[in-house]
Amino acid sequence: MLGSEQPILSVDNVSHDYGRQRGCAGVSFDLYPGEVMGVVGESGSGKTTLLNVLAGHLTPSTGSVRYRGRSGGEVDIHRMGEPERRLLMRTDWAFVHQNPRDGLRMNVSAGANVGERLMAIGRRHYGNIRGQAVEWLERVEVEHGRIDDLPVTFSGGMQQRLQIARNLVTGPRLVFMDEPTGGLDVSVQARLLDLIRGLVTDLGLSAVIVTHDLAVVRLLAHRLMVMKDGYVVENGLTDQVLDDPQHPYSQLLVSSILQT
Amino acid sequence: MTTMLKLENVGKSFTLHVQGGVELPVFESLDLTVEAGECVALAGPSGIGKSTLIRMIHANYTCPQGRILVHHDGAWVDMASAHPHRVLDVRRRTMGYVSQFLRVVPRVPTIDVVAEPLRAVGMDADQALVEAGNMLTRLNVPERLWSLSPVTFSGGEQQRVNIARGFVHPYPILLLDEPTASLDAANKRIVLSLILEARERGSAVIGIFHDREARETVATRVLDTAELGQRAA
Repeated sequence: MLGSEQPILSVDNVSHDYGRQRGCAGVSFDLYPGEVMGVVGESGSGKTTLLNVLAGHLTPSTGSVRYRGRSGGEVDIHRMGEPERRLLMRTDWAFVHQNPRDGLRMNVSAGANVGERLMAIGRRHYGNIRGQAVEWLERVEVEHGRIDDLPVTFSGGMQQRLQIARNLVTGPRLVFMDEPTGGLDVSVQARLLDLIRGLVTDLGLSAVIVTHDLAVVRLLAHRLMVMKDGYVVENGLTDQVLDDPQHPYSQLLVSSILQT
Repeated sequence: MTTMLKLENVGKSFTLHVQGGVELPVFESLDLTVEAGECVALAGPSGIGKSTLIRMIHANYTCPQGRILVHHDGAWVDMASAHPHRVLDVRRRTMGYVSQFLRVVPRVPTIDVVAEPLRAVGMDADQALVEAGNMLTRLNVPERLWSLSPVTFSGGEQQRVNIARGFVHPYPILLLDEPTASLDAANKRIVLSLILEARERGSAVIGIFHDREARETVATRVLDTAELGQRAA
């Protein structure tokens, strides 16, 4: 998986403006199968805007985002029909929100949250669906006895793990994550990071992860983009950008980390 | 002889933008060629740029001047300019790096830390675990520790896990930054024999060995880092 020569996602000169306010500008990169791209920058740097453009939630003002499907053909995700895009989002892609409440249905059980994604892609056998839901809840370390409980009764860390199960149960190839560990305790973060890393490796996923936490990208991302004022000011191998940052802003970010 | 690594006219300096734009030159016009089966020991006082050079070859540090050519898949890849995707492939299959410190994800068991490079080149999980176990055994890391994360291990144990991880896949090029630094005499000898075996199977090794005995045992050439290139003024 790693090492194949065709990119799964090709981002070409993407910009998005909110009226006269710049969101992100002139972003280009290729993401390869099995690779994790981290995007860091402070609040307002445009990283979440970029993620929403990549995931098809926002239309770019200029530029294109092309996705290479399982059959090997490329599609421009902003030029394809709405039904096709919705199908792609259900089958090939996943989006993990910072706040689990945005990615979960809070008034249905944990098991149903995972199971309804399988039904959305046409699975109908109740026993199999429940079986797969149980398997995924175990995989993300949600205790077996909680399958019929509502997510509102879960802790923040458990909700986030449930959201990940809901997203990955359908076997996506490309996952977008917006601050997946934001707002969680440090010990809960470590557990979640370990889980995400294991899943990404085992399933050979490609991912784009937006965060302001450099420790998160150090552990999860192969490659890193640093954003400031809507622009990518530096991009390269994660360890290279963190250990030998070139741009003044990247140097400032790295030197601002508190040492423990 | 097969040339595995060629450094051509390599130069490096650090610009510290957050500290008033101070420029710290390290070296310029540095040339170095390393053949298969050789072990080049980089020598010179601390601060001369030995670790910097090793990190540049690994593309952990940028290379603003010159080329760092690596023999990968029968072709030359310039680590100074290659796409990150390509650099990752070189690191996965061709170039191993043992640093002085182990950096791991919390909660990942030692055996998985060591097996990971084998999994990354496509070996199946069971075989990778067997080979990782063999390497840990050879380095005297007791089996009762394998299921634990190395985060809580002693310095010497962590270093042996680090070495196991670096030697478990037979990389054609090995970069070693003080691999024997925190080891006792018995474990040091084991690491030196691993390096000699790597040379015998044709790996090109570039290392920093402050320990004289280590250097004399494994190195085929000792190079004064200061003389490799002009010391930048």
